[in-house]
Amino acid sequence: MDITLLSTEILVAVLGLVVLVLGLTLPSKGKNIVGGFTIIALIIILINAIFSYGIEANLFNGVYVIDNFGSFFKLLFLASGILVMLSAKEYTKQFAQRSSEFYSFMVFALLGMIVMSCANELMTLYIGLELMTVSFYILTAYLLNDELSAEAGLKYLILGAISSAILLFGMSLIYAISGTTIISEIVANLRIEPVLITGIILMIGGFAFKISVIPFHMWAPDIYEGAPTPVTAFLSVASKAAGFAAMLRVFVIGLPIAAFDWGFILAILAAITMIAGNLMALKQTNIKRMLAYSSIAQAGYILVGLIAFNVYGLKGVLFYAMLYVFSNLGAFAIATSVEVVAGDTQITSFNGLGKRSPFMAAIMTVCLLSLAGIPPMAGFVGKFYLFAGAIQAGYLWLAFIGLIMSMISVYYYLNVAKAMYIGDAVDEKPIKSSFSTQVVLWTCLAGTLLIGIYPAPLSKLVQSAISIFL
Amino acid sequence: MTNFPILSLTLFIPLIGAIIIMLIPRDQEGAIRGTAVFATLVSLILSIVVFINYDQSLGGLQFIENIPWTPDLGVSYALGVDGISIPMLLLTTLIGFSSVFASWQIKDRVKEFFILLLILITGVMGTFLTTNLFIFFLFYEVVVIPIYLMVIMWGSSKRVTKEYAGMKLTIYLLIGSAFLLIGIITLFVKSYMLTGIPTMDIFELVNIQFSTSFQVFVFVLMALGFGTLLSMFPFHAWSPDGYAGAPTAVSMIHAGVLKKIGGYGIIRIGIFLLPEGAQIIAPIIAVLAIGNIIYAAFICLSQKDLKYIVGYSSVSHMGYVLIGIAALNLISINGAIIMMFAHGVMAALFFALIGNLYDKSHTRNIDDFGGLAHQMPKLATGLMLAGLASLGLPGLVNFVGEFTIFVGAFGTYRVLTIIGVSGIVFTALYILRTLGTILFGPRREKWDHLQDLQGVEMVPLLVLGAAIILGGMFPYVLMDLINNGVGDLLAQINSIQMGGIF
Repeated sequence: MDITLLSTEILVAVLGLVVLVLGLTLPSKGKNIVGGFTIIALIIILINAIFSYGIEANLFNGVYVIDNFGSFFKLLFLASGILVMLSAKEYTKQFAQRSSEFYSFMVFALLGMIVMSCANELMTLYIGLELMTVSFYILTAYLLNDELSAEAGLKYLILGAISSAILLFGMSLIYAISGTTIISEIVANLRIEPVLITGIILMIGGFAFKISVIPFHMWAPDIYEGAPTPVTAFLSVASKAAGFAAMLRVFVIGLPIAAFDWGFILAILAAITMIAGNLMALKQTNIKRMLAYSSIAQAGYILVGLIAFNVYGLKGVLFYAMLYVFSNLGAFAIATSVEVVAGDTQITSFNGLGKRSPFMAAIMTVCLLSLAGIPPMAGFVGKFYLFAGAIQAGYLWLAFIGLIMSMISVYYYLNVAKAMYIGDAVDEKPIKSSFSTQVVLWTCLAGTLLIGIYPAPLSKLVQSAISIFL
Repeated sequence: MTNFPILSLTLFIPLIGAIIIMLIPRDQEGAIRGTAVFATLVSLILSIVVFINYDQSLGGLQFIENIPWTPDLGVSYALGVDGISIPMLLLTTLIGFSSVFASWQIKDRVKEFFILLLILITGVMGTFLTTNLFIFFLFYEVVVIPIYLMVIMWGSSKRVTKEYAGMKLTIYLLIGSAFLLIGIITLFVKSYMLTGIPTMDIFELVNIQFSTSFQVFVFVLMALGFGTLLSMFPFHAWSPDGYAGAPTAVSMIHAGVLKKIGGYGIIRIGIFLLPEGAQIIAPIIAVLAIGNIIYAAFICLSQKDLKYIVGYSSVSHMGYVLIGIAALNLISINGAIIMMFAHGVMAALFFALIGNLYDKSHTRNIDDFGGLAHQMPKLATGLMLAGLASLGLPGLVNFVGEFTIFVGAFGTYRVLTIIGVSGIVFTALYILRTLGTILFGPRREKWDHLQDLQGVEMVPLLVLGAAIILGGMFPYVLMDLINNGVGDLLAQINSIQMGGIF
């Protein structure tokens, strides 16, 4: 077996351990370099991952696969990890002595996601999932003096454990009737039995929790609000993408719609998610809660692509997951900077941002409008793929709900714009953003606009990534 | 010269202007305004060049540019103009140019204002130039957000707050556009399933024969989307509030050109791609058009705020356009297009002058004014010109449009047309009464301090006034062009649809 095939995974694991050890051994002054070191190391790993894109291999008798689909998500996770860490540099100062462990847990969460997206076996997938979630339990509660953060951590732990149990139970039922946990071999051994349906529904429940689909969303707003903002950003983008990656592999390859029509169940969940997620977001006054509900709604849109179960739909899922990295992380990067200056996360603390920092206000507007699906931002193209897929698959009603709700969502996104441009600022001082934040903001702006204006390159990449399903 | 991308240049010069303004320091307001003037002027000149160089004997699409963009979605950057889009292009550049001068007195955040204004102008222009549905929708949505930001930042709160007006406008238009988008996606998916080739080019989609029920379904979606934009009754509620809250330049562009995207879209996309659907739905649109003409005119009679009067009157005038479109014949559609042009310049002139008056007097209530012709003779002339155009005085361009529409529509909808014609009477009633109250009568001392139009304030009056008068004197210049474009459009439908349905 060629060990270099696993170079990304191995490097990330080693990086996590090295960062952990560095945090313990370095004198307190030297700990400042840990963040920069982690970011640089991740950039190198990302470059390595870009160059190894296109390699395909089956490892450990099919337990773990290296394919374009997994590699696509590796790029996505690494990119979002780098962006989150860059935008977190100011924020982590308040962690003082514990900031190096913060980076280490982020890296471990990243490793969990990578394993999830490449696992071709249910148990491996589950291990990846747990590695990611356990890291997030800790990260969520990382603000030790903040009750909200502690509460969020505990809530996430309890609810996350329950949902993992449900998922695992579903997996065990699938194993019981198919006799295998290798995803690509399940379909050959399936028998249509009530147990199969129970297993599928339990797995849907487990995954739906991870991607925060209503009615499994209850945890999201509280945890998004309580967790440190960079963690929220990472949670909403990367962990959701990892959930979708695993779900796609399991449902498209392992349990295709021909075995049991789960499409309709998911369609109803998606419809409820798009409607209720957007409606609940309308009322929010806290930017993190607003983005939490918005990310619930976004999960509903992405789910539509899986339901469509055709080329446009599946392409849409991957396309959207990628643009979501740029658009959502851009918004969170600004939320983080504003929080560092203003000290709280109310939407009112964005008041006057248009004057205090026109650059940040403009990027916030662009990113939020991309989430709302307004062209020429990337979100529009993503929605076009998703709903073209849905209409092609005959889910016209889902497209109606999705597109009308996404226009309604403009209301709450524009409320932020309103606060930024005509809100009365308490403080008129210009906000200066650090170099690392600027890098993040420029990257997110470029990503959001370029994908929106010239979608062809990403579209090609996505096409090659979903080739494993065709 | 044949390969010179004149349309791209016309389209992107304002956007380039916006980017240049982003780089100018914010205290150099003169340079910012100068850039905006220059960008819109170049655009205006280029569009006139296009107008003059368009070869009518050849007809069809000219100045074509086509670059494949995202093949799997059928998107190509496709530009081209014909007799239907050139008048709309001219209208956009005329109003864009005037709107820069109508915004001269903006003092707060000048830089942001002109950036957004130029983006807005680019967006509107793009919809008229492209022949690809994806690009069309993209440009259309590009305009919605700058408008929202401009309304909340520089708008005015009189009867409703500007925040309310801006949000109402935005959400109305976006929900309308959601229906339009579903229509576009459905059309795309259906054509892809029928032919196996992903395309969104209007001139390729037209070759596909869709079933009648499908055409009706998509046409209804498009009529909802474009109808909302055109303020078709009963989806017009955004328009008066939106105009009242918006700053002058936005009201001008919105009432002048943006609304016309709706009419243009119904003709270019709805009727062209879905003729059978149009045939079935048209009578409903004709009835709603009467709702526009009569209902909005009645509301105008009771309004006191100048902007609301022009706002509702523009809703009423869109009824003429709608009935022209619904009659589905060469003459009536010609009329609808020239009416869109005419109403565009007239409404823009109205809003420019009202904006100017409001900036100086801080009121728009007609009862506060009286005898303004004493203090502001030039403004009074402009308002009278716009008013007389609005009520369709022969010799001005609006008359050409109204006359053609009614001649064309009479054969199809006799009763409805007769009711529609009565709208002209109501228009005359409220316009003359309004203008009489504010402009004539004894001199009022409290308005003695008002300065008449001077310097750059004259530009909108001169540019748009000239368009109104010249269009009325020499209607054939535009009319031949439009007739050419509409003729092509109908001929193409008839040649494709076996047997012809018109």
